[in-house]
Amino acid sequence: MSVRDEIMSTFRRVADAQGRRLAPLSDELKLTECGLDSLGFALVVASLEDSLQVDAFNVSDASAFPVTLGDLIGLYERAGA
Amino acid sequence: MRGLWNASRESGGGVFPRFQGRGCTFDVNDLAAGSILPDPDAIRRQATVVLATGEQLPTALALLELDGVVRRVVLCPPELTSTQLAAVASAAGADFMAVSDSSATEVPGLAKLVLRTRVRPARIERSASQNTEWVLLTSGTTGMPKLVVHTLDGLAGALLGRATGRRDIWSTFYDIRRYGGLQIYLRAVLSGAPLVLSSPGEPTSDFLERVGEAGVTHISGTPSHWRRALMSGSAHRINPSYVRLSGEIADQSVLDLLRQAFPAATIVHAFASTEAGVGFEVTDGLAGFPASFVSGAGGPAPGRAELRVFDGTLRLRSPRTAAYYLCDGARHALAGEDGYVDTGDLVELVADRYYFRGRQGGVINVGGLKVYPEEVEAVLNADPRVRMSLVRARRNPITGAIAVAEVVPAEAELVARDPPRAARLIDDLLSACRRALPAHKVPALVRLVASLEVTDAGKLVRPSA
Repeated sequence: MSVRDEIMSTFRRVADAQGRRLAPLSDELKLTECGLDSLGFALVVASLEDSLQVDAFNVSDASAFPVTLGDLIGLYERAGA
Repeated sequence: MRGLWNASRESGGGVFPRFQGRGCTFDVNDLAAGSILPDPDAIRRQATVVLATGEQLPTALALLELDGVVRRVVLCPPELTSTQLAAVASAAGADFMAVSDSSATEVPGLAKLVLRTRVRPARIERSASQNTEWVLLTSGTTGMPKLVVHTLDGLAGALLGRATGRRDIWSTFYDIRRYGGLQIYLRAVLSGAPLVLSSPGEPTSDFLERVGEAGVTHISGTPSHWRRALMSGSAHRINPSYVRLSGEIADQSVLDLLRQAFPAATIVHAFASTEAGVGFEVTDGLAGFPASFVSGAGGPAPGRAELRVFDGTLRLRSPRTAAYYLCDGARHALAGEDGYVDTGDLVELVADRYYFRGRQGGVINVGGLKVYPEEVEAVLNADPRVRMSLVRARRNPITGAIAVAEVVPAEAELVARDPPRAARLIDDLLSACRRALPAHKVPALVRLVASLEVTDAGKLVRPSA
């Protein structure tokens, strides 16, 4: 499964487990508007740490902090997942 | 003993703050000519009032009316369940429940006070006749909140009489019914500075837009709140001169990110807890705190809490510490005989600086909310297919930490040979946790293991973070 597919399916799984309605996933979707709260997003990141075996959030540049789903996918792709 | 109203008038130089909620603004000066209480005379001196208003604004106003007048106020954050609310009211010996909506759930034995949205004109003599106890709630091992009793003097501490800039405008991501938010509320009330309040469930970007439009200069939140703000893409909408973090460990990465986002702001991380109060503030932009903060031969600087490190945990002694725990109508001491409160925070000295290393007893801090492993383990262990379990923290870049569980199945070998059976067990355990626990306590991950380490005394070996 590609990094993108893994991330998408993780969002769907966490939203399902938390009983939340997920917004249609697109690269432009803002993470804070995807339907998950901070905890849900924390669960997505924890799950991706296991499945993709990278700590993509080890960023030190505020402008690199992901805002959209596309940013997040890029972050994992650049981190070598 | 002046009461919050009079303290606000005096320290603000006659200027009262303005509270800005979502879609509503309230000028506190209006309370000089009336009340939002349905019948102010009906509230007796010995009354205990539970404030369960959902939105923050009615509580912000009621506190100004009730402090110094009633025996005790109990501050309830909005996520409290009706069962928890009833338990808290009973433990506090409550007489009244202040709500902002007449349709709010009834709690047996409590008279409902439906707060008005506008001041009803009345001649009101606001004189304080007692030191009202302020009860804050914090997580307990059993899932029922613990009641932590403060007084205004302890809560306000160094804030009383401290002049702040006339142009300051405050805001906080916190709810003011939590310790971190209450500090900001008191700063505003005791300086006459306007305060922008968040609304339960308000999207971060909407809140930041309001904060930006209001021209907020000082804003506080947990590191998780701040990460959420950065992730919202709306952090650029605010232009604070003072950024404060508390309630969780502020690691270097979040401090650096905020420095980049707000290059001109003073960035402060504070150590505070509901029980121990505000301990200290760190202003050098670095994680941890200087070893010189820990009490040495010279003692602490005036007004600063005394710090000690004993058995690897941080201990605090200060006039800002809570008075006691209230449990079954009885007072339980928070501090040891020497007056120090064990914060339960593990610290490690590296060169000339202490760094936080997690919580004693494995208590997990998920985005500022405490999770006691024992409470989660009790849910896991209730399944007959579970022999034992261990819940521990795992670092997380969004909420600081999350809870994860390791479970030893009763029939470990059988389960190990049968992956579908193992998957079913994990699913069932997660479902049980979701039914029994609030979301932040549900383990992010359940892993089946063959065994867990146990001490000679028969206790689970708990990792420290």
